[in-house]
Parts: sequence; C-alpha cells; structure tokens
Amino acid sequence: MSEESKGWTRNEMAARAAKELQDGFYVNLGIGIPTLVANYVPKDITVTLQSENGMLGIGPFPYPDEVDPDLINAGKQTISELPHSAYFDSAASFGMIRGGHIDLTVLGAMEVAENGDIANWMIPGKMIKGMGGAMDLVAGVKKIIVVMEHTSKNGDPKFIPSCTLPLTGRNVVDMVITDLAVFQRPDHDSPFKLVEMAPGVTPEEIAAKTTAHYVS
Amino acid sequence: MKKIYPSAEAALEGVLKDGLLVASGGFGLCGIPERLLDAMRDSGVKDLTFASNNAGIDNEGIGKLLRTKQVKKMISSYVGENKEFERQYLAGELEVEFCPQGTLAERMRAGGAGIPGFYTKTGVGTQVAEGKEVKVFGGEEYILEEGIFADLSIIKAWKADETGNVVFRKTARNFNVPAATCGKICIVEVEEIVPVGSLDPDAIHLPGVFVQRIVVGAPYDKKIEFTTTREREAV
Repeated sequence: MSEESKGWTRNEMAARAAKELQDGFYVNLGIGIPTLVANYVPKDITVTLQSENGMLGIGPFPYPDEVDPDLINAGKQTISELPHSAYFDSAASFGMIRGGHIDLTVLGAMEVAENGDIANWMIPGKMIKGMGGAMDLVAGVKKIIVVMEHTSKNGDPKFIPSCTLPLTGRNVVDMVITDLAVFQRPDHDSPFKLVEMAPGVTPEEIAAKTTAHYVS
Repeated sequence: MKKIYPSAEAALEGVLKDGLLVASGGFGLCGIPERLLDAMRDSGVKDLTFASNNAGIDNEGIGKLLRTKQVKKMISSYVGENKEFERQYLAGELEVEFCPQGTLAERMRAGGAGIPGFYTKTGVGTQVAEGKEVKVFGGEEYILEEGIFADLSIIKAWKADETGNVVFRKTARNFNVPAATCGKICIVEVEEIVPVGSLDPDAIHLPGVFVQRIVVGAPYDKKIEFTTTREREAV
C-alpha cells in the first residue's frame, strides 16, 4: 500500500474476512465484496461454499465451452461444480441455513447498529427488489460477518447507534469489517470492540467516523 | 393411469381459470416452466397470483405474463431487474408480498406436507413480522408463517418416467420440488420422458405421487442472466 492511500481496498477487506474461515467450514457468501472472500481461502484448509439456490461446493466460473444454464449461483452467474459438490432443493437449502448447519456467512450492509441489528434490503421510497435469502441467513447462520464501507458516499457513518432503515435482522451481527477497521463481539449480549485498524488509520479517525458505541 | 399430455396447452386444459393461486418453480431463469408459462399466457387467463421466488425478467419467465397484465399478485423473495414489473408495481397495478426466500420455500414445503403454519426465526423484529403471531421457544422469539396451498403447481424438470417420477439437473432443482408439492394439481414439463424402470428408484428427486400431468417442453430456451467464465489455462 502506498503512503497516501488509507484504509483497506475491497480485496483487502475480503482477505481480512477470509481470516475468519476455519478448516471444514460450510460458508455462504453474499453478493459484492463478500464474493471476493472465495479468492482468499487459505490453501491449507478446506472450506465448502453453499449457494442458497441449492448447491454445496461451488466451483470457479466455468470455461467458456462448459457454461451450463442449469448451473448458477445465487447471483444468477454461471459456475462450475467440484468433485464433492451436492445439489438439493430450496427447502432443503434453507433447512441447512435456518437449522444452524452453516458455519459462517459474509454479507454486505447499508447499516449496522451497535446492538447487532443489520439493514441491507430496502430503502423506503426506492424500488424494493426484495430480501432474497438475507433474512434467513442472518437468522440461522452461526456467525454473521458484515463487510461494508465505513461511511456512506456522503460520508455518513454506517455503524450507528440504531438502524434508520428497515431491518434485515435484529441483534444478529458478530463482526463488522470496514475499509478502516474491524469490530467484533464474543456474544450477542456484549458490545462491539474495536479489534483492528487498517494501516495509517488512527483511533481518533475511527471515533470521528463512528456513531455506534464500541469498546476501544 | 395416463399422465402424459401432448402439449402444454393440453396439459393445462380444465385446470385454468381466472384468479388461481399458482406455485411456480425456478430460481431466476434457471429451471423455470417455460412452456407452461407460454401456454398460460396464450390462454388469456388473468388475475393470477404467483408464488414464485422471482418474477422473471422483462418478457422472460413470469415476465411474459406481467407484460400481458395477467398477474394480479406476486409472492416472491426477490423481483430483480424487471422494468415492466417496476412500472406496474409503482402504478399500483400489481400487488407484491415479499417473503424471505427460505420462508417461501418452507411455506410451499409445509403446504405440500399438510402443515398450515410453522414458527421461524427468519424475519423476527423486521417488517416481515408485522401482524404475525410471535411465540417464544427456549427464550427466543419466532414468528408464525403460513403454509401455501396452491390451486396449481407448474414446474420444470430434467426427466420424468411415465408414472411421473422426476429427476432434476444441477441447480435447476431449486424451488421446483417444494412448488410441486403444494398445489392441488401439479403439472411438470420435462426435457425427456423415459420408460418406467430407466430411472434409479434410489435417485428420484420428486416421487410420482406429487405429479398429475407430464408434458415434454423441449426444446428449451434456458436463458442465462449472467454468463461468467474463466480463461482456460495455457497448456
């Protein structure tokens, strides 16, 4: 990273999230930066990616001559299968999500509150696309990591005292990774703690750009 | 027992009427009942409610029936990029019930299994919970969601035998299984009908008891929303 640049890039944020992966984990990755986490799975561990449209063991994008319209991920992109892949229907897929069988999910968010609430599915007044599987994921997956920019395009904090947007889930977030810092909490009754900062970022800057209460 | 019909139109005969609640399989454009949707559009049936994860895209999938204004209401988790959908929705011409994806799948599964309601943690404390019963189990809140009992199920599969045992292919299975089970009558369109005995009984994804009518829908369009590929490594 050059002297002038400050904070983590999208890829560095994804790489930071990948450090939370453990050998044997079953993981669901959201769309956007979370998808990049797949590129940073440590070589010495096995992680199985789940796609909520009905697949375990997501492989890389296919070669151009192996594109198959019957084989897509939850973002509706063409993918490939792996030797250990398995297919199932949507009810079984969300059975494994809701039933607590998925170890970790990485999601984007518009807002996260200091109590672990997350908002990432609708902005009142704008066309609503729907929540897809996000509400099921935050309700059922064992560990919820949010990866998002620390502030909005207007510079407004996104880690805030309480969400202003309609919630996706209540008191569900375990870890927040932004371009500036990492916040974590050991359980859903504890406050978030500032555990890491990007190179060149100071505690004062984090404090200035965060309205949520956190432990330093 | 004769489940095989010569065309999608024939398979829908005596079933269609205005105002039906239809459960449809598919995720995005993957595994959607293309021919049955075409035939429903051509039939002119209207005021339909669709329980379907998505609403197709402009003039693909259920989008074909949106364009002709045959849909009154969608029960979906994600309606994506669909200009005509957006226009009708904002104009108040189309009703939408947003339902979390897993809850939608389970509502179909429950309906098909004779379960009128179930409690889930999904959506607790959100807009989805508004107006729904909340019950505490083990110190945690859950909301009551209702099973879907559809008038008609339309699904797409890979192969069926002549008795309606069905197999799907890869991620095209998706909502097709739960959607199939929750309708009073289920019509499945397939790429190929195979003789009884040629499917492994241990590898049937949807047993024939859930299937009343079968039609071959091939050739298929199988549109892809986002084609993503990687380069082949140089040898």
